[in-house]
Amino acid sequence: MPDMIALSHPASGHPQQRQFNPYSENGGTILAISGADFSVIAGDTRQSEGYSIQTRYAPKVFRLTDKAVLAVNGFAADGNMFVKQVRQRLEWYRHAHAKDMPLRAIARLIQTMLYARRFFPYYVYNILGGIEEDGSGAVYSFDPVGSYERESCRAAGAAQSLVQPFLDNQIYFKNQVPQPGHPHPKHLPLTTVIQLVIDSFTSATERHIEVGDGLEMFVVLAKGSPLYGLENIDGVQEMTATNDGERLFVVRRNLKRD
Amino acid sequence: MNSLANRFSTTGPINELRRAKSVLEDDEFTDSAWGSEAGFGSLAKGVPNFTVPSVPDPSAFLRLHTDDYADPSCRIKIQHGTTTLAFRFQGGVIVAVDSRATAGSYVASGTVKKVIEINPYLLGTMAGGAADCQYWETYLGIHCRLHELRNHERISVSAASKYLSNLVYSYKGMGLSMGTMICGWDKTGPAVFYVDSDGTRLKGDIFSVGSGSTFAYGVLDQGYRWDLTDEEAQELGRRSIYAAGHRDAFSGNTCNLYHVKEDGWKFIGNYDISKLHYDGPGETPGAGYGYDVRVERSAAIAVQA
Repeated sequence: MPDMIALSHPASGHPQQRQFNPYSENGGTILAISGADFSVIAGDTRQSEGYSIQTRYAPKVFRLTDKAVLAVNGFAADGNMFVKQVRQRLEWYRHAHAKDMPLRAIARLIQTMLYARRFFPYYVYNILGGIEEDGSGAVYSFDPVGSYERESCRAAGAAQSLVQPFLDNQIYFKNQVPQPGHPHPKHLPLTTVIQLVIDSFTSATERHIEVGDGLEMFVVLAKGSPLYGLENIDGVQEMTATNDGERLFVVRRNLKRD
Repeated sequence: MNSLANRFSTTGPINELRRAKSVLEDDEFTDSAWGSEAGFGSLAKGVPNFTVPSVPDPSAFLRLHTDDYADPSCRIKIQHGTTTLAFRFQGGVIVAVDSRATAGSYVASGTVKKVIEINPYLLGTMAGGAADCQYWETYLGIHCRLHELRNHERISVSAASKYLSNLVYSYKGMGLSMGTMICGWDKTGPAVFYVDSDGTRLKGDIFSVGSGSTFAYGVLDQGYRWDLTDEEAQELGRRSIYAAGHRDAFSGNTCNLYHVKEDGWKFIGNYDISKLHYDGPGETPGAGYGYDVRVERSAAIAVQA
C-alpha cells in the first residue's frame, strides 16, 4: 500500500512534516511488437512492491476492442483505473457511432486522457498495440503525461533496459551490416515474433527480480490474414467478439516463480 | 515561506488551479466527452479541464514527483535533452532537429519526431517536455484552423505564436516545460518565433534550443548568410545538428530536416548522425563530416614519420 503520510518524529514536540505520496511502483514488464498484418502485445503477471510479491496473477495487458490491446505498467492502481476509463470512453464511442474506434483515434484519446492529468499524473507507461484501418500492424508507446509515437517495437517497465536492446538487435538489426544480396527483413513473420517475445520474458525473468510468474501474450490478426500456425501454439485461446474481421488471440505461459 | 504565502493568496497560478478544480468537482468528464466530440472535440469549447491534486500547493506536489533534474530517483520521468534549430534565409525557413529522447542516462527513444506539423504552413519544434509540446502544439493547430474558418484567411505566424505564448503564460509556475520555435510562411514572408514556457516570445532570424544548442549555434553562426541557396541552407541545418549530436551526449541518433517555402513546408529527409559522420548525407563513402578530416591528418603524419 502506498504511504499516504510519512511521519518523521511522532509526538516529539518538534514540527512535523507531512507528505502526500499517492504513488507506488509495482514492477513487471510489458512489450509489444508489430508485423506487416499482425501485432503482439505481452506482459508478465507478477505484481510486487519492494521485495514482496503481492500476487502472481495480476493482468497488465487488456483487450480494448477486437483490434486494439492496451498494456499498462507502473503503478497498478493507476493502471487499472486508467484502463477502466479508456474502456468507458470506447463504449460511449460505440453507442454514438455503432462501430469500434479506430486504433489511431484510440492513441489520440489516450494522449488527451493522460494529459488531462498533467498536474496530477497517472504513474503509468502505456503501450497500445493492434491493427490500423489500413490493415497494418501498429504499436503506439506513451509516456506518463501523454507524449506518444508510433513504433514497430517497444518494451517498458522494470526490465525495459534488459529487453529493449535485445529487440533492437533482433528486430531492427541495429548496427549489423547485412550480407551482400541479403538485406535485413522489414517485417518479421508471426512465429519468429512470438518466439522473440517468449525469449525476452524468460531472459528478463532470469535477470530481474520483479519479472516472472506468468506470461500473457495477445495476438491481433488483420482482416483476412492467415493464422500463420498460431493454432498449433500450446494453450492458445481465441478472444474475438465481433464480426469485423480482425481476430484476437491470447497465449498464456508459465514463467519461473522464484 | 513562498508556499505559505501562496496558501492564503487569492491570485496566482495555485489559486487558478484550485478554481479550476472547484469548477470540475470530481467528475472528469464534461458533456462534450460524449458522442462525436469525444477526445479533442471538447477543446474547441474553451480551455481544457485538468485534474489537480487536493493539496495546499499542487505545483510543489508535481515538482516532487516529476522533477528528475533535482531528484534523479523520482518516479515520473519527463523526457529532456534535445537539439533543435530554425533559421530564416532568402529561400524560406530551414528547420532541423535531432531525434533522441533520454530519461536520465537511458536513451528512451531514438526515433522521436521533434518537428510538429501544425498545418501545411506551420511547423513547431519540440524541446523540454515532450507531452507539453505535442499536446499544446496540436491544440494550437485546432485554433489555427478555427481562425481560418472564421476569418477566411490563414493565421499569421506572429498571431499563432502569440496564441501559444499567451496560452502557456496562463499556466506559468505550474510546471509546464517547453522551448519551441514556431516557423512558417505568411503575408510577411518567412517567419520564425521562439516561444517558451516562461512566457518569452521572440521574433528572429536564427534560433537554436536545447542542451546541444551551443554546439549547433557554433556551426550555424559560422556558416550563415542571408543569401544562402536552398541546398546550402539545408546542408547548414544538417551539419549543425550533426555537430550537436556529435558533442552533446543528450542529442543524437538521427536528424530530421524540413524546408518551409511560400507554398508550405516540405520534409527534406531523415539522416542517421553516425552515417553523417562517416559518409555524409549522400551515398559517397569518404564524404563524411567528421571521420576523414580526422584520419587524413594522421595518415599524413604517418607518411612523414
